[in-house]
Amino acid sequence: MENQTINQKQDEIIEEFSMFEEWMDKYEYIIDLGKHLPLISAEYKIDNNLINGCQSKVWVHAEYKEGKIFFTADSDAIITKGIIGLLIRTLSGHTPEEIVNTELYFIDKTGLSEHLSPTRSNGLTAMVKQLKMYAMVFKMKNS
Amino acid sequence: MHEFDLNNIRSNFSILEEKIYNKPLVYFDNAATTQKPHIVINTLDKFYTVKNSNIHRGIYYLSQQATDAYEKAREIIKNFMNAKHEHEIIFTRGTTESINLVASTFSKAFLNEGDNIIISAMEHHSNLVPWQMACNEKKAKLKVLPFDENGEIDLELLSKLIDFNTKLIAITHVSNTLGTVNPVKKIIEIAHKYNIPVLIDGAQAIAHTKVDVTELDCDFYCFSGHKLYGPTGIGVLYGKEEWLNKLPPYQYGGEMIDRVTFEHTTFNVLPFKFEAGTAHISGALGLASAVNFVQSIGFENIEKHETELLNYATKKSQEIEGMRIYGNAQHKASLITFTIEGLHHFDIGTLLDKFGIAVRTGHFCTQPIMDIFQVSGMVRASFAMYNTKEEIDFFFESLNKVIKMLR
Repeated sequence: MENQTINQKQDEIIEEFSMFEEWMDKYEYIIDLGKHLPLISAEYKIDNNLINGCQSKVWVHAEYKEGKIFFTADSDAIITKGIIGLLIRTLSGHTPEEIVNTELYFIDKTGLSEHLSPTRSNGLTAMVKQLKMYAMVFKMKNS
Repeated sequence: MHEFDLNNIRSNFSILEEKIYNKPLVYFDNAATTQKPHIVINTLDKFYTVKNSNIHRGIYYLSQQATDAYEKAREIIKNFMNAKHEHEIIFTRGTTESINLVASTFSKAFLNEGDNIIISAMEHHSNLVPWQMACNEKKAKLKVLPFDENGEIDLELLSKLIDFNTKLIAITHVSNTLGTVNPVKKIIEIAHKYNIPVLIDGAQAIAHTKVDVTELDCDFYCFSGHKLYGPTGIGVLYGKEEWLNKLPPYQYGGEMIDRVTFEHTTFNVLPFKFEAGTAHISGALGLASAVNFVQSIGFENIEKHETELLNYATKKSQEIEGMRIYGNAQHKASLITFTIEGLHHFDIGTLLDKFGIAVRTGHFCTQPIMDIFQVSGMVRASFAMYNTKEEIDFFFESLNKVIKMLR
């Protein structure tokens, strides 16, 4: 939805995940999200846009339009792609201010936090940090 | 040869009864570290409970006891590797430190501009980077012995790589990625014809096959305790007496000192010359217990069982569509490293974990091998004496489910 707040989107994701009783269903859902993530345009799939700290490759591109940030991303691993897809769904289309100040509680409530520890090589931490970093940069440019 | 009783062996490792996500743990990451039998855990416990004290210079009872136990551990390792002297066994933190010790001190004393050191293309970063750094520092050249599509090296190529300026050959006994068991005895023979010393990285060999340094005639042999069912943080550098005497000290302080004035210091004799600071006493004791444990099972039994597991897994892997195994050497250690066509190693590992299966994914600290095969990473299942065919069955069953989910 166009005018949902970040937290409304987070709650929506939490509700979607609450329907899965089995870990397998949850992962099937993430994999499915990964398969359907709109692809990043090839010109942005460059080393400069790679996020460090992931065992899989993750590219993120941020565009700033009319006060809002729009993210696109890709990964060579499908689970990572699904996870970054969830992050983008939550944060894309919001102002830098909103993104910087958001607490991403859905990660914990969906059980995705098991991927959050810095030692986990999929680097969800690194992804969150990178998305917020983009927002921070746009925020600073504006002020 | 005693009988190989798998259930009895497994009963020594309580961790194997653990449940991961409510599923029985299937531990296939033994090339990274092995689990510890009760005897090792009890040794550590007993040391800290009733024996703890610092070794060597204490004149009181406890310190004498601890010193005796520590030096007894050295004797056990010496016998285990069939070294000639106890002082040829240096306790280190592990294989990486053992190699760094030799790379650093050897290059200081013997490596000059224009010299070269030979390694193989299948080395772990730990047996690559220390030599690369030493060569960079001394403007020497690092030469790389390639391997073929099966993961085997060509001894004729080795002879061609050797020249008058070759100062040392450093090669792994068993590849942690490809599983290749290298013909180290032949390599040592060739090198010694030209009076070139050889360092063997034994990290992946030590738990799987009998290592006899006198028979091999290697100049240095390195391994880690934790890959031999022992504790982490303890490892061994075996070096021939003549070489260890020729090398300068690596670190300074503590037991490695003989006499100090503000102007001058003389160093202690072997092995203390290379054991600066307080030793990992409990680690050495734990490692000695691990060695006793492994010897009580017997390498003949271990090799037979692990080869059966390898053959079984290799055969089963042929039933999986798109599965490619890297490393098909004739003489191979008990691990399979693979990719599945179109799938990412990270996805496979993440989902196998949910079945309670521990495998390693990524580059296994051998990035050059990934470059050679042009992949970003692989999946590795590595077996130990306590693994079973039933676990391998469950692994392939789960792998099939994982592939279905990802495709």
